[in-house]
Amino acid sequence: MDLRMKACDIRTDIVEIIHRAGTGHIGGDLSVTDILVDLYYKQMNVAPDKAADRERDRFVLSKGHSVEALYAVLADRGFFPKEDLLTYAQPGSKYIGHPNNKVNGIEMNTGSLGHGLSVGVGMALAGRMDKKKYRVYVVLGDGEMEEGSVWEAVTAGGHYKLDNLTAFVDRNRLQISGPTEEIMTQDKQEDRWAAFGWNVLSIPGNDIEAVDDAVELAKHIKNKPTVIIANTTKGCGVSFMENQVGWHHRVPTDQEYEQAIQELAQRRMQYAQDSE
Amino acid sequence: MRRIANKQVINNVLLEASAKDKDIVVLCSDSRGSGSMTSFAEERPEQFIEVGIAEQNLVSMSAGLASCGKKPFAVSPASFLSTRSMEQAKVDVAYSHMNVKLIGISGGVSYGALGMTHHSANDIATMASIPNMRVYLPSDRFQTEKLMRALLQDHEPAYIRIGRSAVEDVYTEENVPFVMDKATVVHEGSDVTIIACGEMVKAAQEAAELLKGKGISVRVLDMYCVKPMDEAAVLRAARETKTIVTIEEHTKYGGLGAQVSQIVAANVPVRVVNMTLPDEPVITGGSKEVFAHYGLDAQGIVRKVMELV
Repeated sequence: MDLRMKACDIRTDIVEIIHRAGTGHIGGDLSVTDILVDLYYKQMNVAPDKAADRERDRFVLSKGHSVEALYAVLADRGFFPKEDLLTYAQPGSKYIGHPNNKVNGIEMNTGSLGHGLSVGVGMALAGRMDKKKYRVYVVLGDGEMEEGSVWEAVTAGGHYKLDNLTAFVDRNRLQISGPTEEIMTQDKQEDRWAAFGWNVLSIPGNDIEAVDDAVELAKHIKNKPTVIIANTTKGCGVSFMENQVGWHHRVPTDQEYEQAIQELAQRRMQYAQDSE
Repeated sequence: MRRIANKQVINNVLLEASAKDKDIVVLCSDSRGSGSMTSFAEERPEQFIEVGIAEQNLVSMSAGLASCGKKPFAVSPASFLSTRSMEQAKVDVAYSHMNVKLIGISGGVSYGALGMTHHSANDIATMASIPNMRVYLPSDRFQTEKLMRALLQDHEPAYIRIGRSAVEDVYTEENVPFVMDKATVVHEGSDVTIIACGEMVKAAQEAAELLKGKGISVRVLDMYCVKPMDEAAVLRAARETKTIVTIEEHTKYGGLGAQVSQIVAANVPVRVVNMTLPDEPVITGGSKEVFAHYGLDAQGIVRKVMELV
């Protein structure tokens, strides 16, 4: 299947999950979707029956509030039954509002920002020590770049020249209180990472082919970790959510839900016609 | 044999164990010298990771290594490890259930004249408050070795606090009674029980001898396992002796004494008196001077017990 169509399906699942449960971080879910789809359907060596395989690629969703997008992808890939997500955010469910490793396919508990890249550095060092071929992928938010601890990890990744590590910055330019540039300047991400010794790729992050090309390129870069600055649109795929700060974690009304599902279906139809 | 510091014991045990177990990894935050990890770093360069002065990264990286099957020991001053990287300990180690051992070196008031920034008189409180995190304060070099060997056998998170300098022995090379997560009875007695941890155990042991001369029979418990605390030993003490005195190199909030008091109050209410550091920056001085100033030594314990009986 065309991965663009898959991304439409995942976005539809995200909107459904959040509408049903009445909670979730919909804007960032929709901005990060294309990165997750490329990794989970094309690039990463992961599979439900190999969730404990020592050779598997590792993934850490450092911007853990986008967990609904990860749930949608993991369920669709068969890591757990889709029906499990009916319990999402219900009392006692393990499917909570941030990733935790009781869920099959999730490596690390995240949610507090600024931890995931350090964890990824540790995973990449372990891979190097054990002479394993696996790669480590970490997705950060652009608001998350305000956390000081991220820069400890960026420093270490560059210092140890971890070419088995790829980080993404989901650069959707919005955070909960407003535009990142108004809250705390985050411009020149490319220059910032490059200064710490990272290979930097800056791409349109909702263009799944561009994401795939960047991930592929990163695999062949030696002696440097790679960061992919994914310039995305918060709320991508649903017209009235796009670039709207209020959709950080708003829940769609029934009417908004219907419209969102229709728009995503239309978009999917276009892609289906394209690929014929 | 010359007495070595407890942190040197940790280096030695890890150096020995890591010869066979290649998954053992030591991480330092520019602390290999102060942590007595220099020989490990030199002899096991492929199992040693320098993180630089970045305690948050130290702890999260350790968790990442553990998630891939490594057995990381993160060695860093207790003051920074227990507070600067507390959230990393909570989320990446304890909540994520990773086999990371956090070694807090130069704990309590070990750094003396370096002052409050370097003291960790609240590390039991911070670490013990984290679900899934165990807290250990061994008393001497022999017990430190036993504890380390036990910790190498499990895959659970733990925080271990040790002091900076070599300390007097509580046990002897031939006699180191040790059962994991059970208090050690250092001195038998029936009038009063002193429950101590870390460097205070020696003071309690000496005090018990002095009090014996005054006709007071004192039981001394080495509660190196502050969490999970040996509740049964505490309750036996409450039932069998009339009074309990706790002593620790820590403030009164959330430490050994607070936990003992909770256990006793809920089950066998008898008098519990907590001997602790004050709720204020401590005076300048070496450990012994600081302890003497606040009555946290054998003489201070004797005075306290004489007041109580």
